[in-house]
Parts: sequence; C-alpha cells; structure tokens
Amino acid sequence: MKAKLKVLQPGLLSTIQDFGRRGFQKYGVPSSGAMDKNASKTANLILQNDANAATLEITQMGPKLEFEAAAKIAISGADLSPKLNDSKIENNEIIKAEAGDILSFGRPIIGMRAYLAIKNGFQLEKILESRSWYAEITENTKLEKGMTLTYLSSEEEKIETHTSVKYNDAYLESENLSVFPGPEYDNLPETLKSHLRQSAFSLDKNNNRMAIQLSEILKNELDPIITGPVLPGTVQLTPGGKLIVLMRDCQTTGGYPRVLQLSEDAINTIAQKKTGDKIRFKSAPIPKG
Amino acid sequence: MKGFPKISPMGERGVLIEFAPIIDEILLQEILFFKNKLENLYIKANVEVINTYNSLLINYLFSIEDVYGEISKLKKLFENAKIEKISDQKIVYLPVCYDEDFGWDLEFISKEKDLTKEEVISLHTAPLYTVYFIGFLPGFLYLGGLDEKLQISRKKQPRLKIEKGAVGIGENQTGIYPKSSPGGWQILGNCPVNLFDKNANPPFEISSGDKVKFERVSKAEFQEIREQILEGKFQLKKEKYEG
Repeated sequence: MKAKLKVLQPGLLSTIQDFGRRGFQKYGVPSSGAMDKNASKTANLILQNDANAATLEITQMGPKLEFEAAAKIAISGADLSPKLNDSKIENNEIIKAEAGDILSFGRPIIGMRAYLAIKNGFQLEKILESRSWYAEITENTKLEKGMTLTYLSSEEEKIETHTSVKYNDAYLESENLSVFPGPEYDNLPETLKSHLRQSAFSLDKNNNRMAIQLSEILKNELDPIITGPVLPGTVQLTPGGKLIVLMRDCQTTGGYPRVLQLSEDAINTIAQKKTGDKIRFKSAPIPKG
Repeated sequence: MKGFPKISPMGERGVLIEFAPIIDEILLQEILFFKNKLENLYIKANVEVINTYNSLLINYLFSIEDVYGEISKLKKLFENAKIEKISDQKIVYLPVCYDEDFGWDLEFISKEKDLTKEEVISLHTAPLYTVYFIGFLPGFLYLGGLDEKLQISRKKQPRLKIEKGAVGIGENQTGIYPKSSPGGWQILGNCPVNLFDKNANPPFEISSGDKVKFERVSKAEFQEIREQILEGKFQLKKEKYEG
C-alpha cells in the first residue's frame, strides 16, 4: 500500500539521493547522488533494500516528518539525535514506525549528513535513470514544508529485530583523506607538494553538494589548463591559491589545475565534515601492477 | 606530438587520456575516433567515456582492480590504431533571433569592433561551428570557429540574469545559455529551441563532433517557433555532415 511521509518542518537541507546518474556526463549532466554513499548504502542494506535505493540525505539540522502508515526505517551516517515521537532512536538499527508517528532530529552530535532509508525505498520518479534531486533535472531540489514523499507501507511484513550489516563509523570523525595525484600534480613545485602532504586544511563556509572550499591560501604559480574533465573528488587549485574539493553535484568539466583526486572513501569522509573541521591528505596506496 | 597521448589513472575509477594541449579540429577528430573505439571495446562493461578539447576520460562503475594492466592494454590500443574518418556527424541548424529585444550587446559589439550590426550578425551566422564537447551545465555547447573579428572580452560586471537561450560571445567562444543564469558574455540574440530535454532519451540531440549553424530568424518567426515547441510540433533541422 502506498503511503505518504509528510514534511512538517523541512530542516536545513534535505534531498532525495541514490547513487546518482551515469551515462549523461557527455551532455554536461552532473552525476549527483549521496554525498556519503557508504552511509546511504548502509541504511539501505540494514532494511535489505537495493544498495542504490533512494534515501533522504539530511544535512546537519534534520526535518520533522510524519508517517501516514506503518513503515520500517533505518538511519545511517551522521548522528543528528533522531527521535521517534518523544523517544530517542539509534542509528543503524531497524526502526518500526506506526501511522501518525513523528520522526524528528535534534542537535548534531557526530558528522554532517545522515541518511534515512525506508523499506523498499522512496517511490519517486526516476529522471535520467536516477531519483537524485538536482536543480536542472528534477522538479524538487530540497525538502519543503508540506511536501510528501511516497513509500510502500510495510505493515504486513514480519519485523526483523536485528541486522547483520556492519557499519564502521570511524570515518565520520577521521581527519584523514586518502588521495591520488591529480593530472596536474606533477606540475606543482616540491614545496607545494610537501605542503599538501603535511599540513592540515580546514573547511571554508563555502561548502555544499557541488564543492567544498578549503580556507587556507597556497602560493599558486600554475597556469589554468585547457578546460578538461573533472570528477567528484577532484581537488582543484584556483588562481587565488584556494583548494576546491569537487563533490557529487559538480560540473563535468573545469579549467583549474587538478592537483589531487580523492579516493571513494575519502569523498564519503569529507562529506561528513562541517565548516571549520580539519582534514589531511594522505597518499593512497598505489595498486600493484 | 611526442609523449602523447599520456595515459594515467584519475582516482580509483577513472583513466585520463591526455592529448597535446591544443584546441584543434583535427585533434578532435582523432579523439572522437578513439572515443568510439573505447565505447566499442567496453560495450558490455559499465564505463562512460567523455571527451573535452584534448582529453578522454574513461569513468568506470567500480574501482579498477589492476590499473597498470588496464593502462598497458589502452596503450596498445592507441599505438596500433589506424585513425579513420568518423562517419556519423551531423549539422544542426539552430534558429537565432538577433532582434534588439534579445541582442542586448549588439550595439556595444558593433561600436567596439567598428562593424555595422548587420555585419556582426552575418559574421556570426556565417561559420559552421564545431561542437568540441558539452560540459559546464547540462546542454552547454563548447563551440569552435568564431570569426576573429567578433572576439570580444566578457563584460567587466557580469549580469545577474541572462535569459535562457541567450546567444553570446566571451573572448574566442560563442555559445548558448542553456538556462537563465548570471553571466558575463556579450549577448547578441536568443535561440528559442529547448536543446536539453530531461524527459527525452537521449536528453540532448547534439554530440561532440557535430556542426552547428546559426540561422537568423525574425521576431515573428521566433514567436512561431516558440508556439510550435509548446504544441510539440517543432522539428530541429538536421542533416548529415559530409566533411
């Protein structure tokens, strides 16, 4: 039975995300998808959903949501103090909600983004093969008051009480980002290379689903490049000497030198950092050849 | 050029193939030949290949297990290839209205370049522009072939809002804004066609390597095309490009 999850309060920024769009970058369409794919996947697997099912990506200050009918949910990623009605609930567990129950969030404790999965996934329209919200592609761009999200009520199904899915949440608080050299890394002077390897950097307030800017200013003597391909996780060095870590909604091409490329794990890790948090770049082990 | 193409990993799931750092139509044809070849090679695997002016990026769905094995396989493919002409390119005719309601900077360009407005328009409609690639925003065309006489700096103060479909010039580039956005290009006119349609498959009819020709239309014709689009009757004029 189809049911609706009603948005009573939208919170800071919540969007529907799956693993994003593939095959449309050649038309300039960003890949989008969950900023922390590991957490989105975990929440789905706890409910035995498809790993790529759509989840609600909740940023820092969560929404207040009302269930129209019974549902099974799981929350992974950041600890944003989730509550069902008046009781505190745990991340990474199957939670059973009844008709009329209200899910809300409180103070952010650890991390930046939590993922709310619902049994069978949110039943939203796929556009260009994905349910991920993105301004140019989908009608909705963020959760708004009064909006409803459709799900399949799971009243009839028997409730599993525990799950075998393991979630190692150490990365939520880790400063270390494992990185590969980017295409223009070799053009950097040695001093800058060692600066990148040895220093801590902090997240600037300009951080969102497109890109995360780092606050420190480096001395940059690299020329711009002929516009070339970029990916989520590409670290660009601007003419002003700022590092920009491209994230899931980034453009498909860019003209700034690409000095580093984050590993997939590192993209998930930095997705859990907030303004002012520190990060450090660590060389990823080079695969054997 | 010696040392090219340069093939290197870009993270765990990407391989970047870089050609000489130039913007050149012959190089583009070579890159697109290899792009086709790679797409055929990986036809069953879940990879995506995109090109820019001088690069190809192979984007794999999963982490590449043996990056260096993969790279040496690719190197052989590039070394042994005989480059052939690509046969499936087309010319797309795009209507542009250069009426003063849309051509906000026509006056400025004509003064700056010491040309009449008519001369500016005919210099802009004359070339067969080459689509190098699509990037930046969904459906934004990187076009080559702008007449040198029309090259002009961007506006010192970018406009806060440029209309969707606006046709503009920035330095040696010309193009169409696929959506309303802030921007610094000098605006000559407007193209009424919705080039990017997220509900269509494919969502975009123009590919890297295609040619674009701007066709001047009057304001009345512009309105007529708009109406045809609303009624779903508009057909984009296309023909095979014979080179």
